[in-house]
Amino acid sequence: MNTQLTGYLRADGRKGIRNVIVVAYLVECAHHVARAVAAPFGESGVHVIGFGGCYPNAYADRMMKALCTHPNVGGVLLVSLGCESFDRASVEAVVAESGRPVKTFVIQREGGTRTTIDAGRKWITEAQTALQDVPRVPMSVAELTVGTICGGSDATSGLTANPGIGRAFDLLVSNGGTAIFEETGELIGCEDIMASRAATPDLAIALRESVEKAARYYTTLGHGSFAPGNAEGGLTTQEEKSMGAYSKSGGSVISGLIKPGELPALPGLHLLDVVPDGEVRFGFPNINDNAEIAELIACGSHVILFSTGRGSVVGSAISPVIKVCANPETYRHLREDMDVDAGRLLEGRTTLDELGREIYQLTLDVSNGRTTASEELGHQEFVLTYKFFEPSGPACHPTT
Amino acid sequence: MSPHSPDLLRISPDDNVLVAVRTLEAGALLEIDGCMIPLGARASLGHKLAARDIAPGEKIIKYGVPIGSATIAIPAGGHIHLHNMKSDYLPTYLRGKGCVES
Repeated sequence: MNTQLTGYLRADGRKGIRNVIVVAYLVECAHHVARAVAAPFGESGVHVIGFGGCYPNAYADRMMKALCTHPNVGGVLLVSLGCESFDRASVEAVVAESGRPVKTFVIQREGGTRTTIDAGRKWITEAQTALQDVPRVPMSVAELTVGTICGGSDATSGLTANPGIGRAFDLLVSNGGTAIFEETGELIGCEDIMASRAATPDLAIALRESVEKAARYYTTLGHGSFAPGNAEGGLTTQEEKSMGAYSKSGGSVISGLIKPGELPALPGLHLLDVVPDGEVRFGFPNINDNAEIAELIACGSHVILFSTGRGSVVGSAISPVIKVCANPETYRHLREDMDVDAGRLLEGRTTLDELGREIYQLTLDVSNGRTTASEELGHQEFVLTYKFFEPSGPACHPTT
Repeated sequence: MSPHSPDLLRISPDDNVLVAVRTLEAGALLEIDGCMIPLGARASLGHKLAARDIAPGEKIIKYGVPIGSATIAIPAGGHIHLHNMKSDYLPTYLRGKGCVES
C-alpha cells in the first residue's frame, strides 16, 4: 500500500491536501455577492462559506477562524455588507497571521453589488496566481486528519459502511494518523461501551457526560437525531441507529474529546462533541449533516468519510467528501454520487477487512489529489449556525 | 442459537432479531428458530424479523445490546418496527405522523 502523500505547506507549518480559496460572506445580506464573486471560478477551487446571522456568536467566530486557516485553504476573501456584527477585522487578522493572502470587501464601502463583485473577482485572479507558488512537500499519514459522519442512514449503514469506516479508522490510527467521529446524539445507548475505550478514567467520565448531555438536549427538543427516512430504511429507534453509527469509530483507544473548532492535541481517535453546552438555546444542535461536516473540518479534517444507506449526495466546501454507500440497492440507483460500494459486503462480494483497506487506500488517494464523486459533481454544501459551547476541560485532552 | 435462512443475518449471537440482507417478498418461506415460516409481508433490505417469540416489554436485542422494547407480543418471523417496539430513550418522529409514542 502506497502511503506517501504530497501536501501543500502553509506558512504556519500545517499541510493541506487541497489548495482552495474560500469566499466567506459574514451575513446573509452579503451571500449573493459572495456567490457571484465565486461563480466564474467554480471549477477551479473557489468555495463559498459563510454565516447568515446579523448578531454576534462566539462559536461562529471561532468556527470561521478555524475554517479560514484550515490547511486545505490557500487564501480567503471576506465579503461583508458593512453593518452586521461579525468581527471581520479579527478574522482578517487571524488569516493574515497564518501567512495566507486575505482581503475584505465591504459592500457598503465598495459602492454596491457590481463594484464589489468585480473587485472580488479581480482579487481572486491575483490570489490564484500566488497560490501556484505554495510549496508541495512530502506529507505522512501521521499528518493527516480524517473525519467521519453518517447521513441518510438506514439499517444497512450499521452493517457495511459504518464498520468498514471503522476498519479504515483502525488502519489510520495504527499508522499514526488522526481520526474524528462525531454526533454524541447518535451515541445515545452506546455510552457504556464507548466509555470503556477511553484512554483515561477521567476521559471515560467526560465521554459519558457528553452523551448524557446530548440525551438531555434532545429530550428537551422532543426529537432525536432521527429522520423519517431512517425509519423507512428499517431503523426503529435512536439507540438502534446509534449502535450502527458507533461502529464508524472502529476499535482504537479513544484519545480525546474535542469541541467544534478545537484541534486534537495528539494523533489518535477523537470524539467530537457537537451538542451545545448549557441550557437549550438556538434550536437543534446541528440542523443537518452539512453543519456537522463543517465542524469536522473546523477540527482539522482534511478528508471526510461519509457513510450513507438511503443515499446522501452532499459534498462540502474546503475538504473532499468520500461517499461510502452502505446499501447495494442504493448504490445501483445513485451510482454517480457514490465512491465506495460497501453494500457488496451483504452480497458476499467482499469482506469487512477488504472493505476497510479499500476505504483507507481511497482516503490516501483522495489526499493525493484524486477527486471524489461529490467534487466532480460540484457539491460544496456549507452550513454554519448559532451555537454555544464552553471550552473543553483538561480531562478531555489526556497528554499521555 | 437456532438455524435460520441465509437471507437473514444474526449480527450478534445474543440477538433476538434477524436482519434481511436482501429485500424478501411476502410469502417467502424462511427458516427461523428452526421452523419454516412464510413471510407475512414484504421485508425490505435491512429490516428486522423476530428470531423467536418475543413477549410484550421484552428488550429487543441487536448488535448484542438492547435497542428498545417490544410493545406487544411478536411471533417468531414477525416484522419488528415502529408498530411493535419503542425506544427506551427518545420517541421516534415520522413524516406527517408526529412522534410515535406507546
